[in-house]
Amino acid sequence: MSAIGVGEATIKGGGPPPASAEEMFRPNLAARKAKGYIFTGLGILSILIGIGTLVILLGDVLVRGLPWLDLQFLNSFDSRFAERAGLKAALYGTAYMMFFTILFALPLGIMSAVYLEEYAGDSRLNRFIEVNISNLAGVPSIIYGLLGLQVFVRWFALERSVLAGSLTMALLVLPIIIVAAREAIRAIPSSIRDASYAVGATRWQTIRHHVLPYAFPGILTGNILAASRAIGETAPLITIGALTFVLFTPDDPMDTFTALPIVIFNWTSKAQAEFHDLAAAGIIVLMAVLLTMNSLAIWLRYRLRKRF
Amino acid sequence: MAQETLTSREYPGRFPGRGNLGRNRARDIKERVIQGALFLAALVSVLTTLGIVLSLFSETWDFFQKVSLAEFLFETEWTPLFSIQKFGIWALVSATLMTSFIALLIAVPLGLVAATYLSEFASSRARDILKPILEVLAGVPTVVYGFFALFFVTPLLQRIIPELSGYNSLSAGMVMGIMILPMVASLSEDAMSSVPASLREGAYGLGATRFEVATKVIFPAALSGIIASVILALSRAVGETMIVAIAAGQSPNFTFNPLETVETMTAYIVQVSLGDTPAGSLAYQTIFAVGTSLFIMTFIMNVISQWFVRRFREVYD
Repeated sequence: MSAIGVGEATIKGGGPPPASAEEMFRPNLAARKAKGYIFTGLGILSILIGIGTLVILLGDVLVRGLPWLDLQFLNSFDSRFAERAGLKAALYGTAYMMFFTILFALPLGIMSAVYLEEYAGDSRLNRFIEVNISNLAGVPSIIYGLLGLQVFVRWFALERSVLAGSLTMALLVLPIIIVAAREAIRAIPSSIRDASYAVGATRWQTIRHHVLPYAFPGILTGNILAASRAIGETAPLITIGALTFVLFTPDDPMDTFTALPIVIFNWTSKAQAEFHDLAAAGIIVLMAVLLTMNSLAIWLRYRLRKRF
Repeated sequence: MAQETLTSREYPGRFPGRGNLGRNRARDIKERVIQGALFLAALVSVLTTLGIVLSLFSETWDFFQKVSLAEFLFETEWTPLFSIQKFGIWALVSATLMTSFIALLIAVPLGLVAATYLSEFASSRARDILKPILEVLAGVPTVVYGFFALFFVTPLLQRIIPELSGYNSLSAGMVMGIMILPMVASLSEDAMSSVPASLREGAYGLGATRFEVATKVIFPAALSGIIASVILALSRAVGETMIVAIAAGQSPNFTFNPLETVETMTAYIVQVSLGDTPAGSLAYQTIFAVGTSLFIMTFIMNVISQWFVRRFREVYD
């Protein structure tokens, strides 16, 4: 049916004839475009609300915490008196825990990613593993805390140790590392692999000498992002029973410990207002660590990126 | 896997050549061992799920030996730490639902408008700058948001609403909304950007404006991904712990008044964990019962979200 035919049918069938075709199809472009401008304004506004909140949050924390931030604060243990309280135990605890978290999670994550990308066929089991990993990424962090409490603290009898905390955190960040490593591996063109096979390399030699080195920047970036997620996590550590008030630095994986976000939480829930400012000072330190790590990740991504 | 990799049967190390070319037993064994080790590493994630289910369900089973399921599901008072113990989960679930709902009220409108703007209106330069900044919001530790909600947002709101209590679900929910905003924006933007350019160009070709293309073509076409992002954000809000533990309070309260002090499911787990609770006691078992309920809720939401993406995705060539 031609367009003219449709037009005639409409005109013949309708009631009073329209004044003119121009009025019928009046473009009214100015009003329609205005909607777009208004919407652009709304879009920028909603992003600004998000960014503005971040700015206000940082400003508030800086105003409260900066006066408390000095070397003595970083280098003292916690105390009942705000003037003497510091982050020493928390900083050592976080560093110690993160070391073991990465030690467990990074090899496991890379190995899982290599298996899923380079070996796994389209079998039922492999599909199950994939679905399982994406479901794990959506499990609330506090559930990992309950897992750690039951499995590591109780069944493995690790008590409230650095080791129990690290293992819990390692399982928590594992999906993040796997997803990032898989993306990095997938981005390597198959021509690289084909070339390696063509000169007689085995599958593992190809992965070891070609795939992994090329995927390294992506894997590293994912690892830093996973670590920054773990550093800020509070709930799972509280659940497994990491202590809030610690007057020593851990020097054995079986020692009890505290961590940066836990101390911040503890000071936040105290009654005295000075401790709230102290918590703000702790937040500045935490945010500074995270900012450094994320900048490093972004820098590495650009610095080491290869284009194929 | 989308890309072409050789399957083990086509693997070139085994072609029937002469001499040593195809027969290197030691090398073949090494390859097998490595493949086995990699497979075992991939199984750790399955074991994690198994561990979660086992640890949650074993304690929850013991819990329901002492408390009836009917009381758990149909009562509205939660006082397991008092002398007269009551175990009505609704006192906690109501708070979880309310804070999450408030969070969605903030995050969904802002997130969807931001996503539509970023995908359809913004120049690629603006997008490259704004999107990463917005995603910084998702990287802020939740304990920091909790601090902000308790010591900044609540006092601010109290000036407008004098009867607002010091701990309340309103400010916790609002701050949580800001936290999940980048999730809604980012995932929805991905969904909209992946609508094929031909649809967009077709609509422009018919004389539609940017706004009409965005609202009448792109938004409906990306709807499954948008709904999935909202459900995923809801699941994140339901499982979020520190903001509500710090700012919404620790008194179980079956109410839907956002100005009152409440306690969410996650906040209750934190409260008990902070105390000295011996393993095997009823209080210890309650956190697993609450955890199981939380796990089931978030799991169902995640599955629905994935199902939406698969079931309702518009497929274009």
